[in-house]
Amino acid sequence: MGWRRLTRNPLSFAALCAIVVIAAAAVLAPWVAPYDPDEPDAERTLSSVSWRHPLGTDEYGRDQLSRLIHAGRIDLLVALSATVLALTVGTSLGMLAGYRGGWVDQILMRVIDAVMAFPAFMLAMAITAALGNATVNVVAAIAITHVPIYTRLIRGEMLKARETEYADAARTVGNRPHQIVLHHLLPNCVPPLIVQATLAMGFAILTVAALSFIGLGIQPPQSEWGQMTAEGAGYVVSGEWWLVLFPGVAIMVTVLAFNLVGDTLRDILDPRMRGMR
Amino acid sequence: MSEALLEIRDLTVHFATEDGIVEAVDSVSLTVRHGEILGIVGESGSGKSVTALAVLRLVRPPGRIVQGTIRFDGEELLSLPEDAMRRVRGAKIAMVFQSPRTALNPVITVGRQIARLFEIHQALGGREAWQRTLDILGLVGIPEPERRARQYAHQLSGGMCQRVMIAMALATSPRLLLADEPTTGLDVSIAAQILDLLRDLGRRTGASIVLITHDLGVVAETCDRVAVMHAGQVVEVAETRALFAAPRHPYTRALVRSIPRVDREVVMEPIPGTVPSLLAAPPGCRYAARCPLVQRVCDERPVLVTDEGGHAVACHAVVLETVVARR
Amino acid sequence: MGFGRYLLHRLLLVVPTLVGVTLISFVLVYLLPGNPALVKAGALATPEVVQDIERQMGLHRPVHVQYWRYVTGLLRGDLGESSSTGRPVLEDFRQRVPATLELTLASLVVAALVGIPLGVLSAVHRDTLLDHGSRLLGVGGVAMPSFWTGLLLIYVGFYLLDLAPAPLGRIAADVPPPTRISGLYVVDAVVTGNLSALGSALHHLMLPALTLGFAVMAPLTRMVRATMLEILESDYVKAAWAAGLPRRRVVYGDALRNALIPVITLFGVIFGFLMAGNVVVELVFAWPGLGHYAVTSLVTKDPGPIQSFVVFVAVMYVFVNLVVDLLYGLADPRIRLR
Repeated sequence: MGWRRLTRNPLSFAALCAIVVIAAAAVLAPWVAPYDPDEPDAERTLSSVSWRHPLGTDEYGRDQLSRLIHAGRIDLLVALSATVLALTVGTSLGMLAGYRGGWVDQILMRVIDAVMAFPAFMLAMAITAALGNATVNVVAAIAITHVPIYTRLIRGEMLKARETEYADAARTVGNRPHQIVLHHLLPNCVPPLIVQATLAMGFAILTVAALSFIGLGIQPPQSEWGQMTAEGAGYVVSGEWWLVLFPGVAIMVTVLAFNLVGDTLRDILDPRMRGMR
Repeated sequence: MSEALLEIRDLTVHFATEDGIVEAVDSVSLTVRHGEILGIVGESGSGKSVTALAVLRLVRPPGRIVQGTIRFDGEELLSLPEDAMRRVRGAKIAMVFQSPRTALNPVITVGRQIARLFEIHQALGGREAWQRTLDILGLVGIPEPERRARQYAHQLSGGMCQRVMIAMALATSPRLLLADEPTTGLDVSIAAQILDLLRDLGRRTGASIVLITHDLGVVAETCDRVAVMHAGQVVEVAETRALFAAPRHPYTRALVRSIPRVDREVVMEPIPGTVPSLLAAPPGCRYAARCPLVQRVCDERPVLVTDEGGHAVACHAVVLETVVARR
Repeated sequence: MGFGRYLLHRLLLVVPTLVGVTLISFVLVYLLPGNPALVKAGALATPEVVQDIERQMGLHRPVHVQYWRYVTGLLRGDLGESSSTGRPVLEDFRQRVPATLELTLASLVVAALVGIPLGVLSAVHRDTLLDHGSRLLGVGGVAMPSFWTGLLLIYVGFYLLDLAPAPLGRIAADVPPPTRISGLYVVDAVVTGNLSALGSALHHLMLPALTLGFAVMAPLTRMVRATMLEILESDYVKAAWAAGLPRRRVVYGDALRNALIPVITLFGVIFGFLMAGNVVVELVFAWPGLGHYAVTSLVTKDPGPIQSFVVFVAVMYVFVNLVVDLLYGLADPRIRLR
């Protein structure tokens, strides 16, 4: 239905292709990367862009291109897991709050408000620090900060839909509450959910990169784009620019791609939100 | 016969949309005489508002005035440079919009919105402009003008907002006032007051008024002459009394017939069909699809034919009838 | 009086949120790995000493009692101690807040001065090169991590062009900071007429403010543009055209006045972005502010600063949003004069 329009727009088509390429590279990393990412090369430490090492090498002589590709796996994996987790939990909570109403709704909303009282990144930082630096914890931390978005969205749709005759009609035909919710009300929510989730991928990647940059997220020897930037940060003042540039480009291109696709999806699937461009 | 104040000839306005070109106004010709109240009546989408916007050259992309001439007081408006046109707007030709509350700026006091027009168009100083503002608010029937002038649009009722709009329009004594659905959304009694106000002010200042509406009742009450528009074209023009007593165009007749009357058995006769899409408009008569008198010749677009009494109709059937009747 | 009730209503809403905030931050710190008593006692302490300290710190009490002590402590201003600096957290805060404040304000200025006009012009000259360029900048800017922008700016500004100083703090090592009045170097230098300090402080503020300002500018420009576009389509703008108002006046007068009101609410959102970006930017530029402090405490798992910092940030966020709502209520006559 909307697929054609997604591909018609040249910008979003390019973005979609970028996502496919990046995802493919991440999945096929061991086969695509020219070198073993952890293999040091004592003779070629801190060498700049060259034919042999298109993205240069770090202080141990490790090939940056290979590291970049492998690091992409972590970034995408974390972002994807966090988004899926947040989507599931957030939607369930939203359905609960929206359909049940009453004090269940009130309590849930107070909790959501309290969570939203923290700037998302601060909360993610604090949660990661509290739970420890494992990858799982990073996923959880990001997921927690994203849950409120989905909860509010679903709750809003539930509240609206409850008022309409749609639900009443379904009820009179004899459907039981959870049937009504699942089969009738939920399908309406799918388009905005898809849009949010796509945009959330971008935020998730930025968050995991920033967390790792600070030292709170993914730890060595696992490589991650933000962490690679942190490793290269010290060398910027002495002119070794490639260590910092390429991981950042990787982050930017990936996030940009998700944002563009998300924006286009928003235009297609939910014209009401179009004013927010 | 005095020369017309406003003469529109063959005005055509197109809108470029994603799905193609919409011919919103098609070869429309109208005349407004000095001191008269002309009503333009038609369903929504008939092109009446666009015509008014075109007179003020307010048609913005994706809309475009494709052809036509608009002569106001002897001057051709469509070829005026932009700043000359700006001096015409609001000063010589003014417009009153429907939904008065949204047509007023919510964050500027209503008094200020009127006063600055005096400052801009008549180069009056602050104090004098404010005094004139108060005067004109009184003129349009707003009680306690000093207090009201300092208020904002949301603090006034719908009827009062409309009066403010009229005050704004008349501030600089324009020769022509375009009123686009001035009574839509207003209470019946308030609407009646507004119409009285318009008629009264028109008579007092000698301005001509073009009253755009879909409500035949309003037209019957207030207008000297009426033009009926359908699907972007003018189909009939006549003096009000003549139009209602003996409507000629099939569309007008259907419209008049559909007005519920107190003295007759109410038989609701809706007009069959719907307004044709202006996207792929039929080349001939645009009413053909809904017309009981449709014939082969209606494939060709009918021209407005005026009789000695000044009654104009664009309909092949009517013309043929007259010809037959004369023999 | 309509506005008074609005004010009261907003204030009341804040209370449950604040309670929730303290709950969350308490839970987070409670979950922190490690034994704070052990950290305080030091690695060489015997188990008895550690136990003593535990009793002192109230760690043996049940959870809800600990929470209560925490909240009452907060209200008293007792924010605990930092295990790394050995000082009361309140002291550390007091020392570092001005640095963060200065950076935040400078970034806001940069973002507003460039972002708002850009958004307005973009809307007014829709679909021109300027518009497409600024939208590209907006979309791209949001995708760029602020630590990356900062590092790139350092490379270009310091290494390549030699225009900016080395990212080593707020002021050059050989220039003494101005006498402390507000703690903001630029303000203090101006007030005391200390030109060398002023120059150095501004010089060091340049890159970090640009980095953070740029990070925040992108969403700001987008939102301003959207608001302005909506307003340019409104009925009252059309009516203003019809009344013969000159173009400039309609756009930069009537339309803009309406557009700037929602922009006030944007600043609440922007503040959130700023808080997030602050942390990273302070780290990149070795800026001795709260963000830097927070990160260090988090990485070294220093419980005292963390719990206070988390609450502080949330309170600030809530407070800023409250102020924004109030300003909005004042600016919009539709709310002010119910």
